Amino acid sequence: MSVLVFADSSEGKFKKTAFEVVSYGKKVAEQLGSDLVVLTINGGDASELYAYGAEKVVEVKNDLTSFNAKAYASIIKQVAEAKGATTVIIDSSVDGLTVGPLVAVALEAGYASNAVALPSSTSPFVVKRKAFSNKGFNNTEISTEKKVVGVAKNSYGAHENAVSGAVESFDASLPELGVKSESISKATGKVTIADADIVVSAGRGLKGPENWGMVEELAEVLGAATACSKPVSDLGWRPHSEHVGQTGKPVASNLYIAIGISGAIQHLAGINASKVKVVINTDPEAPFFKAADYGIVGDAFEVVPQLVEKLKAFKQA
Amino acid sequence: MKILVCISHVPDTTSKINFTDNDTKFDTNGVQYVINPYDEFSLTRAMWFKEKQGASVTVVNVGGATTEPTLRKALAIGADDAIRVNAEPTDGLMVAKELAEVVKNGGYDLVLAGKESADYNGQMVPGMLASLLDFNFVNGCVGVEVDGTNVTLSREIDGGEEKVSSTLPMVIAGQKGIVEEKDLRIPNMRGIMMARKKPLNVVEPTGATAATVTQNFEKPAPKGAVKLVDNVDDLINLLHNEAKVI
Repeated sequence: MSVLVFADSSEGKFKKTAFEVVSYGKKVAEQLGSDLVVLTINGGDASELYAYGAEKVVEVKNDLTSFNAKAYASIIKQVAEAKGATTVIIDSSVDGLTVGPLVAVALEAGYASNAVALPSSTSPFVVKRKAFSNKGFNNTEISTEKKVVGVAKNSYGAHENAVSGAVESFDASLPELGVKSESISKATGKVTIADADIVVSAGRGLKGPENWGMVEELAEVLGAATACSKPVSDLGWRPHSEHVGQTGKPVASNLYIAIGISGAIQHLAGINASKVKVVINTDPEAPFFKAADYGIVGDAFEVVPQLVEKLKAFKQA
Repeated sequence: MKILVCISHVPDTTSKINFTDNDTKFDTNGVQYVINPYDEFSLTRAMWFKEKQGASVTVVNVGGATTEPTLRKALAIGADDAIRVNAEPTDGLMVAKELAEVVKNGGYDLVLAGKESADYNGQMVPGMLASLLDFNFVNGCVGVEVDGTNVTLSREIDGGEEKVSSTLPMVIAGQKGIVEEKDLRIPNMRGIMMARKKPLNVVEPTGATAATVTQNFEKPAPKGAVKLVDNVDDLINLLHNEAKVI
């Protein structure tokens, strides 16, 4: 019996969520008293995973240049069966969320996505999951023999736990792909909202797209990603890819700074998985103040440049 | 092209979330239900295929009779007919199995859904459905064109977008981008009147079973009041020493 973790990567580099699921899988394997096996598909250097407790890394290398749902599901199934894995753990990257349900059906396993904590019990197997846009949790029992757990982004965290690991290559067959990748466009050299520890977000309070310089400067000082509210992307001040909120991108960062965003429920639904929220707004009645941990009632045009200047000094100190 | 759009019946985003019966059930008291916002994007794209390419559009929901107003709303937006599978949804797999039966019986070649439902946010059903049917699957779709049986799509990836090509039959899980917010339609009076006459067929479930059971629900721990500061030095200090995030 073993626990299989799929460590996702992109262009040969592990995603941040890969280290989180390896950390999570390590603990689940301990709870179950079974071995941990970590699978990589055209991934990075296995030694990066040893640092998080991956003693056994199974590498699959093939000609796929990017993620393919059917192929990845098939590979995960083949490795799970070869390694006698009864529990499979997958991250909540876009790829992880895509392949999870396919793996569950392929293995005839019960699937619990959005897990935010280790199983509270392993027999029965119960895991706490977020739901209702973080306004509630459900404790879900997986009642089948095989189990697939999807770990919510930035919920368990990556925990260093160095081991001396070993790597083994695995020859997996590929099914008919069904979906063919034509081209990929990615913003280069920018911190993505999905990967960012800190997200700096601004709303209509900034009055116009010409005023985003200070937001970008703040993001740069903090090594943060930039984001915006829905009205701002609807007005075309910022690209749609920056829209965070219920119908935009979800944010689960360590720190979320909202500048001139009132805090509509739909916005909060998308960002409230963030651990610490800061609001800067002129209106003390803005609903965001009820959702935030820290706040400054003040004019963004005064506060943000001061914050940039002081943070630069802080970072140098 | 025969399109099936999966519609979840979910609490409006502004609803208060409460639980009853020792926190084992979602409290529906006073909750306003709507078409799942993610499904609405996909439904709107389906309407485009109906109007521009002559596709037929059926909407489907797995749920009790209380979900019918939501299906009627989808009919008022312009779907041709609706199917309600008469069963309380218990988990993603159970719903996907029931939907797979509907797809097989109806001979649909394109299944559209939202990438997640606004209530349980599980992101399970579309992928499971594709897998059960052995259809091609694209998740997080932000653009789709169909030419014969050839399909070209854009999907969101971490940090960007990928263009992919595929063929029918397929399952597509859409989100904002498959159509824009401004393209969403509010049913007009004529649509609402017509929706009353459109077929809403109730089919009995196959008896598919769930693989998971919700034991109970929890609400998040109450959040402390916001700490207001009046200068950026205090803010930096708190973020560094108290919250430890910078």
